[in-house]
Amino acid sequence: MNDITTEEARIAPTPEREGDTARMNMIQAVNSAMDVMMARDDNVVVMGEDVGYFGGVFRATAGLQNKYGKQRVFDTPITECGIIGVAVGMGAYGLRPVPEIQFADYIYPALDQLVSEAARLRYRSAGEFTAPITVRSPFGGGIFGGQTHSQSPESIFAHVSGLKTVIPSTPYDAKGLLISAIEDNDPVLFFEPKRIYNGPFDGHWDGPSKNWSKHPGGEVPTGYYRIPLGKANTVREGQDVTILAYGTMVHVCQNVVKETGVDAEIVDLRSIVPVDIEAIEESVKKTGRCMIVHEATRTMGFGAELSALVQERCFYHLEAPVTRVTGFDTPYPHSLEWAYFPGPVRIGEALKNIMKDA
Amino acid sequence: MASEQRANLKPLSLHVPEPKFRPGDEVDFSDIEVPAADAAKRPDVGAHPDTFHELSYGLVRVLDENDRAVGQWNPRLDADVLRRMLRNMAMTRAFDERMFRAQRQGKTSFYMKSTGEEAVAVGAAMALASDDMCFPSYRQQGILITRNYPMIEMMNQIYSNKGDKLQGKQLPIMYSSKEDGFFSISGNLATQYPQAVGWAMASAAKGDTRIAATWCGEGSTAEGDFHSACTFASVYRAPVILNVVNNQWAISSFSGFAGAEATTFAARAIGYGIAGLRVDGNDALAVYAATLWAAERARTNQGPTLIEHFTYRAEGHSTSDDPTGYRSAQEYSNWPLGDPVTRLKNHLIALGEWDEERQEAMDKECADLVRKTQKDAEKNGILGHGLHQPLDTLFEGVYEEMPWHLREQQQQMMAEEEASGRPWARK
Ligand SMILES: Cc1ncc(C[n+]2csc(CCOP(=O)(O)OP(=O)(O)O)c2C)c(N)n1
Ligand SMILES: [Mg+2]
Repeated sequence: MNDITTEEARIAPTPEREGDTARMNMIQAVNSAMDVMMARDDNVVVMGEDVGYFGGVFRATAGLQNKYGKQRVFDTPITECGIIGVAVGMGAYGLRPVPEIQFADYIYPALDQLVSEAARLRYRSAGEFTAPITVRSPFGGGIFGGQTHSQSPESIFAHVSGLKTVIPSTPYDAKGLLISAIEDNDPVLFFEPKRIYNGPFDGHWDGPSKNWSKHPGGEVPTGYYRIPLGKANTVREGQDVTILAYGTMVHVCQNVVKETGVDAEIVDLRSIVPVDIEAIEESVKKTGRCMIVHEATRTMGFGAELSALVQERCFYHLEAPVTRVTGFDTPYPHSLEWAYFPGPVRIGEALKNIMKDA
Repeated sequence: MASEQRANLKPLSLHVPEPKFRPGDEVDFSDIEVPAADAAKRPDVGAHPDTFHELSYGLVRVLDENDRAVGQWNPRLDADVLRRMLRNMAMTRAFDERMFRAQRQGKTSFYMKSTGEEAVAVGAAMALASDDMCFPSYRQQGILITRNYPMIEMMNQIYSNKGDKLQGKQLPIMYSSKEDGFFSISGNLATQYPQAVGWAMASAAKGDTRIAATWCGEGSTAEGDFHSACTFASVYRAPVILNVVNNQWAISSFSGFAGAEATTFAARAIGYGIAGLRVDGNDALAVYAATLWAAERARTNQGPTLIEHFTYRAEGHSTSDDPTGYRSAQEYSNWPLGDPVTRLKNHLIALGEWDEERQEAMDKECADLVRKTQKDAEKNGILGHGLHQPLDTLFEGVYEEMPWHLREQQQQMMAEEEASGRPWARK
C-alpha cells in the first residue's frame, strides 16, 4: 500500500497531454477524468449514492464499476456524513477517494467531517495524516429543481481553511481540473455546474438549449492532462471592465457582454480556493473596473471576498466601485426560479451602471 | 504505514452488497420468508422493549392466502371502514397515475408515485387520530388523501400555480398542511425523523395527549438523523411512531446498502431499546393494526415504536428515474406479498361485502374525480406557463420581518422584471 505522504508514492504528473481529442459533454469529461485516474493509480476509488452499478443519477460514473470492479467503484449507504468520514479514513490509509455527493444541497450532513476533519487533518497531525479526497458534487440551479436541487454552497467551503474549492465551466476544464484535484494531496471540493452538464447556457432560459458540440471547450483530450488548481482562464480579453465569474455564470456573462457590446475582460476563476490573485490584479489594474458575478446568494457569497481582495490590492486603479451581481438572499424558489437567477437583465443593468461614467 | 502481510492469513477483501436480480434476470423470491398470517403474537401495549425480538424479525400479517382476516392482530374493522380504506388506496393510485402523466406532458417539473405502497400511508392514517401529527417523507401522499385534504390543493402545489398555498416555493409533492397534521416535507432525507421526536417530546412536556408519527424509506435509515431520532425517542420515551418504509429500493440502491443483508430494519429498534414491529406493508389491515397498537402505546405514555413496513416500490423512484436500468422488471409481478389494493379488494369480496363490478365503478369514479379536479387545478395554471405567484412572494417568508437588504433586492427584482418585458412580471 502506498503511503501518499512519501515523495516516491506521489503520482508524477506527465506534463504533456496524452491521446487524441474527442467531443464530450461535461458529464463525459468528468467520467473520463475518473477513468484516466483509476487506470493510472490503483489507489483511486469512486464511491457515493447510486454511483456503482447504475453509474450515478447524472451518469457521471457510468461504466466505471464494470471496468474497475466493485472494490474500487461502489454504491454507499445514504449518509453523506458517513460517505465523507469513510473517505477520510480511506484517504488516511493511503487511498485516493473520489466520493460523490449526489446534489450539493445534500452535503450539509457531511459538514463536520469536511470542516473539522478533512480540512484539518494535515494541520493537527503536523502532516502525519492527510485527507487526499476529492468530493464531486453537482451544484447550481436553472433546472427547476426547487430549493433542494439548486443551491450553490461554494462559499461555505471557501471559508474553511484547509479545503480547496474548484468549479469548472467547460468539459475541457472539468477533466483537466478534476485530474489535478484527484492528484492533489489536500481535500478538494469539486462542484459541477449541472445547468451546463449538457451544453453552455447563455442565460436566456426560454431560448433554445445548446449542447457542447460546437463549443471549443467541448473538445477534450481522451487521455491524461491537467489544468493546475489556482489558475484562472481569461475567456475574453477586454479593456473597460473586468468580470470575475466561474461555472455557469461564465457563459451567461459572455453572452451579456456580446449583447451589450461592452469591451469587458472575462476572467473564469476555475478555482476559488486557491484563487488566482495575479490574474485578478493584472486584469483589474488594466481595466480599472471590476464586476463579480455568481449564482450563489449575495451575503457572504464568494463575491464578498473577491470584492475585498480587489479593493485592498487595486484601489488606486479603480474608476468605479466594485460591483457584485448574485442570486438573491432567499432560498432557491421553484416556480420563480428565473426571477431569482442572476440572468442577462441583472448582469446587463449592472454592466451599464459600472460603465456609466466611462 | 506500509506493513508486511501476515503470511499465515488470507488477504482481506471488501464485501460490497449485490442485489439478487438485475435487469433481465429471472426473479425467484422463494427465500423471502412469509410466516403464516396468524403467526405473530400481539403483545400488551405496555410490553417491555426487550421482548420484541420475534416481532422485529418476524412479520405481522392479518390477511391470509384465502383473503380472510386472521390472528391476534386482526383489527376487526366493519365493512364500511374497509370500503373507505379501499377507496382511499384506489384514489391515491388514481391520483398518482394522473399526476405522473401530467409531468410527462410537461405540466410540471417532477412527480413521485407511491404505487404498491398505498397501504402504508392509508392504513396508518386511518388508525391515527385526525389531530395526530405526521412527519412524512415524500411518498405518503395517501395520508393527505385519507385525511380528505382537498385534492385540488395537492395539484395546485404540484403545478406551482397561482392557487398553490406554498406559493411555488417548493418542489412538486413537497406538501405542507398544518391544519391536517401534515408537516412540511423536506427534500433532505430523514430530517423529519428527529423533528417528529421533538414534536412528540413537546406534547409530553406540555402534558398534552397528542402523539406524532414519522416515515422514512429504508435507504434513509442510514442517515445520522434516523439514529439521533431513535436515541432521543428511547431516552425520553417520546410518544412517537417511527415508520420505516422498506420498499426494497432507494433509487438504484437495493436495501442491502442500508444494512438489510444482515438484519431487518425493525430490529434496529432492539439496540435502541424501542419496541420494534416488522409488518407486511402490503396488508392494509396489518399496517392499521400495528399503527393502532403503537398509537395506544404512545398515547398511554409507554414510549415509542419503530415499525418496518415490508413492501415494494412498484414504479420508478420518481419521474427522473428509469428502473429498467438497474432491476429486473419481474420483481414487482413476483413480489410474494402481492398488491395492497388487490388484497384488500379480495378480502372485501371474500366477506361478501364487495364485487368486481363495484370495484370497477369505484375505480372509474376515482379516475373521473381526479380528472375533473385536474381540470379545475389547471385553471390556476401549470408550471412555467405564466400564471405564477406574485413575484414579490419570492422574498416573503425568508424572515418574519424583511430586513433592509431583502427589501432592496426585492425592489431590484421588480425593476428587472419590468425591464425584461416578461408578461408575468405584471401582477
Ligand atoms: C440528504 C439527502 N441525500 C440524498 C438525497 C437524494 N435522494 C433522494 S431520494 C433518495 C433515495 C431514498 O430512498 P429510501 O429512503 O429508500 O426512500 P424511497 O425513495 O424508497 O421511498 C436519495 C438518495 C436526498 N434527497 N437527501
Ligand atoms: Mg426505499
